[in-house]
Amino acid sequence: MQLTVWTYEGPPHVGAMRIATAMEGLHYVLHAPQGDTYADLLFTMIERRAKRPPVTYTTFEARDLGSDTAEIFKSAARGAYERFRPQAMIVGASCTAELIQDDPGGLTKALDLPIPVIALELPSYSKKENWGASETFYRLVRGLATAQPKAPESRLRRPVCNVLGPTALGFRHRDDVREIAGLLFQLGIDVNVVAPLGATPEDLTRLPAADFNVSLYPEIADVAVRFLEKEFGQPYTKTIPIGVGATNDFIVEVCGLAGIEVPDLSAFASNMPWWSRSVDSNYLTGKRVFIFGDGTHALAAARVAADELAFTVVGLGCYNREFARPVREAAAELGIEALITDDYLEVEAAIARLQPELILGTQMERHIAKRLGIPCAVISAPVHVQDFPARYAPQMGFEGANVLFDTWVHPLIMGLEEHLLGMFREDFEFNDSAGASHLGGHGAAEKVSEAAAASAQAGEGAVAILHWAPEAENELKKIPFFVRGKAKRNTEAFARDQHLDTITVETLYDAKAHHGR
Amino acid sequence: MTQLIPPLAAKALSDCAAPPPARVVLRERGQREVFCGLTSIMWLHRKMQDAFFLIVGSRTCAHLMQSAAGVMIFAEPRFATAIIEERDLAGMADINEELNKTVSRLLERRPEIKLLFLVGSCPSEVIKLDLGRAAERLSMTYSPRVRILNYSGSGIETTFTQGEDACLTAMVPELPETDDAGLVVVGALADVVEDPFARIFEAMGIGPVHFFPSKKAGQFPPVGPNTKFLLAQPWLRDTARTLEARGATHLPALFPLGAEGTTHWLKAAADAFGVSAERFSAVTEMPRARATRALARYNDTLAGKSLFCFPDSQLELPLARFLSRELGMTLEEVGTPYLHSVHMADELALLPAGVRISEGQDVDLQLDRCRDARPDITLCGLGLANPLEQEGLTTKWSIELVFTPIQGYEQCGDLAELFARPLNRRTRLAV
Repeated sequence: MQLTVWTYEGPPHVGAMRIATAMEGLHYVLHAPQGDTYADLLFTMIERRAKRPPVTYTTFEARDLGSDTAEIFKSAARGAYERFRPQAMIVGASCTAELIQDDPGGLTKALDLPIPVIALELPSYSKKENWGASETFYRLVRGLATAQPKAPESRLRRPVCNVLGPTALGFRHRDDVREIAGLLFQLGIDVNVVAPLGATPEDLTRLPAADFNVSLYPEIADVAVRFLEKEFGQPYTKTIPIGVGATNDFIVEVCGLAGIEVPDLSAFASNMPWWSRSVDSNYLTGKRVFIFGDGTHALAAARVAADELAFTVVGLGCYNREFARPVREAAAELGIEALITDDYLEVEAAIARLQPELILGTQMERHIAKRLGIPCAVISAPVHVQDFPARYAPQMGFEGANVLFDTWVHPLIMGLEEHLLGMFREDFEFNDSAGASHLGGHGAAEKVSEAAAASAQAGEGAVAILHWAPEAENELKKIPFFVRGKAKRNTEAFARDQHLDTITVETLYDAKAHHGR
Repeated sequence: MTQLIPPLAAKALSDCAAPPPARVVLRERGQREVFCGLTSIMWLHRKMQDAFFLIVGSRTCAHLMQSAAGVMIFAEPRFATAIIEERDLAGMADINEELNKTVSRLLERRPEIKLLFLVGSCPSEVIKLDLGRAAERLSMTYSPRVRILNYSGSGIETTFTQGEDACLTAMVPELPETDDAGLVVVGALADVVEDPFARIFEAMGIGPVHFFPSKKAGQFPPVGPNTKFLLAQPWLRDTARTLEARGATHLPALFPLGAEGTTHWLKAAADAFGVSAERFSAVTEMPRARATRALARYNDTLAGKSLFCFPDSQLELPLARFLSRELGMTLEEVGTPYLHSVHMADELALLPAGVRISEGQDVDLQLDRCRDARPDITLCGLGLANPLEQEGLTTKWSIELVFTPIQGYEQCGDLAELFARPLNRRTRLAV
């Protein structure tokens, strides 16, 4: 039994819904009690989809349990076929229906519908949303993809690939697909099928016609692309094109798979490298950043943060254990320990302890950041309605790199402002508790931040109790709030190292000299 | 009726006295696009400030709780989910031990909790996890510091607001006993609604008045044979029955939506407590006139517009009565998840003859009827609103009605505004 308040992932049948809702001409019949229809609003409200998800819920009640829930399932499946006339159907159970073991697959088979029906086994009590999406996509691909006659090799034929992984409710999937499809086109590579987003079951049958697969989101597509490689000999890409460096690597990788020459990369311009080299960005150097999300996005963000913005990554982690290994490796390379957990309270404690200057995370971390008064940008699902922007805002490719620069730098206090706040910290209007002048103030957050840091420290267990001399405490208050937590922490660590029990103004400045910046 | 009774209330009262016309209710079974009872924790955990709701359920329950609110309430909420995992399903002895551990961890972390609800879910009901016994067992450990109660908010038994009914029903046996006369207002209400009601009751000389549920677990209202209670919400079937079993008397009335409903509701209490007609008029005249003035502003927008209600909270009938009688709207269909004919008797009597009332749902069939009717405004859940907007229908999210203070005289204008705004918006937009 796991005690939880907020969850990073929903149950696996919500993953299946993300596949079904992304596709056209597919219908999902879900054996589920009343109330499970809440999942519809994820799509219609959070993602603002204008169509209902193609899902029929059986809505069984307590009184049905004693009689015939199987019959309810059969009539729902038959009714859904007759009303929606899909090209194919997926059938399965939510957590409650899993317990009553009605076998949706067998029941639908008995109906003998004239379309392919794919039964899903999604264990709700051990697996989660991403796994459910990945398994559903794999089952669909496995059930529908059929060997295709390939166009004959010729020097005139352009190489062809599939773009796999984008779903409904994905973080910027809509825009990533457009960006990467555009990039592939520029490289001279055609796209055979994009799936599951926008694909029909009929499209999935044609997947084997491509020369190779682009796996955009391994959380969703990895199992399917491995199957396609084994069954149809299609290799697939391993690089996730987030950031300038990774996008360049991606271009080299796809050109290799397509058997074409790597073009002059300078033709593909991103503003990001220059924006980052521009002198005004100097103040970004060494900003302490905490990164948390799904494995793929967290890894990509760590590379961009360290190599393309010259931040210092002080924390890195993911909530999906399936991707723990590469995240651990990347963290080790950065000299830190990875945080692999799906308990947001643990993440909050880690952030409070590390006192980063910027958090790159999910909607969960955005709320933690708000509580702690730390700037934050969202880099990964789960996300909320404000992370589905009206404008084009990919994360991938060269335009994606521009978006990353803008959205990660925007929450920070700008360089000169930072200095001025440090110099004239007692100005009644222009002071640190007013927050960054281009954002809404977050003065109130400062108390929370210190309280949280204090409680995080209290949680560390038996540390010697340090006393702050009143003058030192006053001096500490003059340090702008966005570095005050770190200064306090550094000073206390320094005092402990020196076996001091009282922190004076001298200790504060000794610690400053010791730690730098 | 004397001259002192306001004309609107007089009409309502005389209408109620007439035998209700025979109603044909369309009852449907099929896919229901509604929330389960767990969702009512969204307002209950804000209302009761020292109570905590521990859902014993699945990852789906936890996901529902964070998705259904639309915005996440990140000040640490007073609810959580104990997620049943595969290994818990292996053996029942194990799962009870796990629950003990979970509760102990929770109470250590949140020492301010005075009242803990173990809330049953679909999976806990299906595996027949006995939360009643668990609550008894845990109460022995944590009493008197923490009271531990249980109820089920499962979707196989409860729809949305019925979760509040189940929660309050579980609390009724805990209420202290009294022989003194008093009034209890039953059903969670916003503070801005409670306070004006309390002032009106005081001005009429009715007292003591208690609101149930109250903000603190320690302020449970006493009940007994001389207690009279008003239902502030239409979804409290079992709570009412349990209060009656303890000797309390239900005061039947319209629900306090709109000036007419509020007057009728207050009048039921005034009559039961022997308040003179003069005094009743004197106390209610001003706020009623204010409500009428506030509503007049919306007449142009709403009069003659048609309404179609999908089932959601059980507020649909009182709302339809208010919108048709006080704002001149016409009714295409009034859907409700559950129709309690006794508590709804007065409401039903005031709905226009021939209006289609439906109970339960087959959402695809109901959508077909809605598309045929092409109502001016459709009251529906979040899963349906945007798809219907895309089809050119104007919608009002029904969940907003349970998250907004809408009861009483002072809220009449706000309630009308909820329906006028989507129409107003559609008129303004030129994109």
